[in-house]
Amino acid sequence: MPQTVFAPWENPEEKPLIQFKNVTKRFGTFTAIDNLTQDIYEREFFALLGPSGCGKTTMMRMLAGFEQPTEGQILLAGQDMANVPPNERAVNMMFQSYALFPHLSVWENIAFGLKRMKMSKGEIDTRVHEMLRLTRLERFARRKPHQISGGQRQRVALARSLARAPKLLLLDEPLGALDKKLRQDTQFELMDIQEKTGTTFVIVTHDQEEAMTVASRVAVMDEGKIIQVATPDKIYEEPNSRYVADFIGDVNIIEGTARKVGEDGYDIAWAEGQEPFHAKTNRELSDGQKAYIAIRPEKIAVAAEKPEGAYNSIKGKIVDIAYIGNMSTYHVEIPGGLMIKAQTANTRRLARRGFTWEDEVWLSWTLTAGSVLEE
Amino acid sequence: MRRFTWFNATSLTLGFVFLYMPMVILVIYSFNASKLVTVWAGFSTKWYGELVQNEAFLDAAWVTFRVAVFSSTIATVLGTMAAYVLVRSGRFFGRTLFSGMIYAPLVMPEVITGLSLLLLFIGIGLDRGILTIVLAHTTFSMCYVSVVVSSRLVSFDKSLEEAALDLGCTPMQSFRLVTLPIIAPAVISGWLLAFTLSLDDLVIASFTSGPSATTLPIKIFSAVRLGVSPEINALSTIMIAIVTVGVISASLISKRSVVRQKQEEQEAAQS
Repeated sequence: MPQTVFAPWENPEEKPLIQFKNVTKRFGTFTAIDNLTQDIYEREFFALLGPSGCGKTTMMRMLAGFEQPTEGQILLAGQDMANVPPNERAVNMMFQSYALFPHLSVWENIAFGLKRMKMSKGEIDTRVHEMLRLTRLERFARRKPHQISGGQRQRVALARSLARAPKLLLLDEPLGALDKKLRQDTQFELMDIQEKTGTTFVIVTHDQEEAMTVASRVAVMDEGKIIQVATPDKIYEEPNSRYVADFIGDVNIIEGTARKVGEDGYDIAWAEGQEPFHAKTNRELSDGQKAYIAIRPEKIAVAAEKPEGAYNSIKGKIVDIAYIGNMSTYHVEIPGGLMIKAQTANTRRLARRGFTWEDEVWLSWTLTAGSVLEE
Repeated sequence: MRRFTWFNATSLTLGFVFLYMPMVILVIYSFNASKLVTVWAGFSTKWYGELVQNEAFLDAAWVTFRVAVFSSTIATVLGTMAAYVLVRSGRFFGRTLFSGMIYAPLVMPEVITGLSLLLLFIGIGLDRGILTIVLAHTTFSMCYVSVVVSSRLVSFDKSLEEAALDLGCTPMQSFRLVTLPIIAPAVISGWLLAFTLSLDDLVIASFTSGPSATTLPIKIFSAVRLGVSPEINALSTIMIAIVTVGVISASLISKRSVVRQKQEEQEAAQS
């Protein structure tokens, strides 16, 4: 059986579940969302990633119906949502603060949304139990929200928002209040539940690791605009701008001027009197144009001798070593005072490490290791 | 370690004497056998017995009680609504004016409030009686309720209401099922405040009461002008007792619920 990759956004036949069409949202003179157009497909786990104030929460609140777009349209399953109040949308939201009703038990919290639908008591009972089982909360059904732990509250909030079987579930920084270990476990739980229920999830987060882990596609936002939408690996390996490269993970950015060499190769002259760096890209750059190479630290090799046949190599001096256990990051100063971070896995014990402070080393990387960026 | 110094002991004693001396004297003399208030003639409870037979006082007490219940209930409904609008509706035209006007009766001299209400009732031809006292008390006590309730609403997590809307509630249902149960303690204490304000109001009631209805404070005040009788002392002692029991039990109830919640939270953290 051929394994099909889940990528409805590449299929022009596929109808998107959510369509933002030239949506602008202003609060007074402040523009929170700036002429934004974006499709989100059924069964997607779509992450909105960005610093605080980038408009990601506003986008989510417009989907939930708590805010109205100033201009433009939001369609859900082809239907314009402009005049549909929150209580009539097939959309549910899991709030950052969880917003559990303190006066109701866990069971009543989950049943709350079901009681607003035309459901018999028996049906509500069955559905609540299903949700309790899904989130492993059976033991806590009779407790009040203040009688359970933070991780359990988070699961109650999830169960409550999933109970009405929404077409779309919105998650506003759902794991922000959990500690790191619990957060990682919960991320996998979330993905599991998303797969089991087949619901479309839109998650808002400022934690790039979280977005990369859970999402099928990540949208990196800044100042009310989406800068790039792509799968996590594309976002990491092929950022379309310095902003995205810098926002996701660690990166070295070298500024220079481009000159075309051969089919799709470019020489980037980065300093007077130094040999230019070589890189491949399918971007079209004109000669003499300003360009940037963005290279991830783990894609740079560190060696004592000049490596044979390396496309890019440069000699430098180790200024700092950050040892984080499984990895070490070397901060290497290259001619012109530029600081380059190179990361190596510590496959051998620390005592056997070859390099130390003030050592002269050679850095090298391949033609495709770095992305060539125009802005 | 806090040390109990002479200075502390003295200031504590002075403070309590200042606050409670008059009341203690009143309570002691209510058990005085003599008709003369200032002469002690042995212990007796006969004034309490006479009080129970005094129809005029009992009538006034009944009127006061009914006025307090009705006016505090209406004031609680109106005050809660006003607080909700002020805290929740964000900015609307005339919001500052509206909120200022809600709180104005707090600082308005009672004489002016009473007089203006009297003029209004005469103007619209409303006969003065229980109804007019209820209306007057509602007017001045609703702003107290609105202050109490709005201070609770300010700290109320708005996302709870959004969650209710999100889960299919109409705004009305969201208020009834989520907001109201959570702010209930503030609403109840607002009601209690309005109730006690109505109980001991003298000035506004004397402007708006008529011959058909007299409240207890008016009755006491007019009785005292003819000379303090031990009966009045007995009546006041009963009122002090009622208020004390009410205040102590209210604070015990709220304290116990706080303690219980803390305990449950600790258990949750451990499990």
